[in-house]
Amino acid sequence: MTAPFPTRREEDWRYADFDALRPVWEQFAELVTITVGAGESLEEIWLPIAEDVQLRRVQLALGAGARAGIFALNAAPVYGRIELEVSLEEGAEFDLYAANIGTGLSTNEVVTNVKHLEPNGRSRQTVRSVLNGKAVGSYLGKVEVAHGAQHTDGEQSVKAMLLDRGATANCKPELEIYADDVKCAHGATVGELDPLQLFYAESRGMDPATARALLLEGFIMGLWDTASEPQAICEAAREALRRVV
Amino acid sequence: MLDISNLHATVADKPILNGVTLHVPAGEVHAIMGPNGSGKSTLAYALAGRPGYAVTEGSATFTPTRHPRESGDPAEQERLGSRFRGNDEGLDLLALDPHERAAAGLFLGFQYPVEIPGVSYLQFLRESLNSQRRSRGEPDLSGAEFIKLAREQAKLLGMDAEMLKRPVNVGFSGGEKKRAEMVQMGIMNPTFAILDETDSGLDIDALRAVGAGINRIMRAPGKGVLLITHYQRLLDYVEPDRVHVLSHGKIVRSGGPELAHELEREGYAEAAA
Repeated sequence: MTAPFPTRREEDWRYADFDALRPVWEQFAELVTITVGAGESLEEIWLPIAEDVQLRRVQLALGAGARAGIFALNAAPVYGRIELEVSLEEGAEFDLYAANIGTGLSTNEVVTNVKHLEPNGRSRQTVRSVLNGKAVGSYLGKVEVAHGAQHTDGEQSVKAMLLDRGATANCKPELEIYADDVKCAHGATVGELDPLQLFYAESRGMDPATARALLLEGFIMGLWDTASEPQAICEAAREALRRVV
Repeated sequence: MLDISNLHATVADKPILNGVTLHVPAGEVHAIMGPNGSGKSTLAYALAGRPGYAVTEGSATFTPTRHPRESGDPAEQERLGSRFRGNDEGLDLLALDPHERAAAGLFLGFQYPVEIPGVSYLQFLRESLNSQRRSRGEPDLSGAEFIKLAREQAKLLGMDAEMLKRPVNVGFSGGEKKRAEMVQMGIMNPTFAILDETDSGLDIDALRAVGAGINRIMRAPGKGVLLITHYQRLLDYVEPDRVHVLSHGKIVRSGGPELAHELEREGYAEAAA
């Protein structure tokens, strides 16, 4: 049985493109479940597929001491959604590095719910968006720390670059904490390239346009620095940037 | 080679430089010393053209060994033409954009080299060098030629060339960043270098390597250096022709290399009084 079609009343779907979603819902609605056993580790690289609408719904369960690193590029021409529900048992570690790259009327979103069920877990979510035209890029991320999940370390870092006045970035980091000894940081910025980085590049001889293009590439490419096999996602991200910038 | 006359500059509307006059002839290394807050870094940034460092009065004329009008590219000459001083002798440095100053042969060694995640050092430097070369009407270096040059320069500075594959300055120690600045200088091979506290944060071995690098790359008849430093230490390795003391945004004393020793002995308050 297919999951019921979402409605706009649901917070997690408020920026979604329902017209684009409806025809593919039956095909993609079911959650894919991935389990990483105690002490094991997993690295996943999620590349875009050649479809206008791309939907990926994943449930990730991390056992005690398990580690997972997800590298995801969300760059659908019409609507892309990466939905990730993660549960962490004692001492588990979760890293998400995701990019939304869009132009035209596209909507790309990363929606996460990271549940720290037991103590000493660590989660780090890093999301970067580059948006041009009238594109929308969103991050809706919730970190839940269960009662007793002490010494949880949760971090959300979200940054977006808007290259056109018509582009939109939505960013909603959310914390729900039921333990009293935890560290949960979140930061979000929407805006401009770092002026000091620009000056550094220009002082070395790059004209402003070249410096901007290089820094914008770095803004996204920095996400893949820790991937063990980054070539494919680097190439796909460069390709997406070329289309968008 | 570099003529600074009555330079006034403000940062966030606050006057920092209050009339700096300084002449560095080709072939010389000049040291600028001075207490914290005297305007040393502001002078470096104003000369390199950092946004936010506004020159309100005075001039800076730079005479690169290779005159941009000799580049042979009519478009480039046309573009830069009106900003040359009338006598064709030097460039009005302050009228140029930062990347044009670099292409003309000016290099700024940063006190705090900037980290750029996601951009490898090799990519950053190749893009920089080829941009400069295009501005001067020279052909791009190929990937292979560039890698060879970068490896050579890294080796000369005692830096593992593998580090150049990493993102710009990310995860580098303070000393590694300064060494990397010197590798950059070796690759760019500028005609004039302003080195802003390149010696701070260096251990003794790194200091020696950096000092040797400055001598090797910049000690030449057609080149010049402005060495900004707090301490005598670096000057043991790179002996300056002149030493100037900057205080409250003005050069208050100038002398030979012995002035640096005097400052080290007696402190700025005494020597600059």
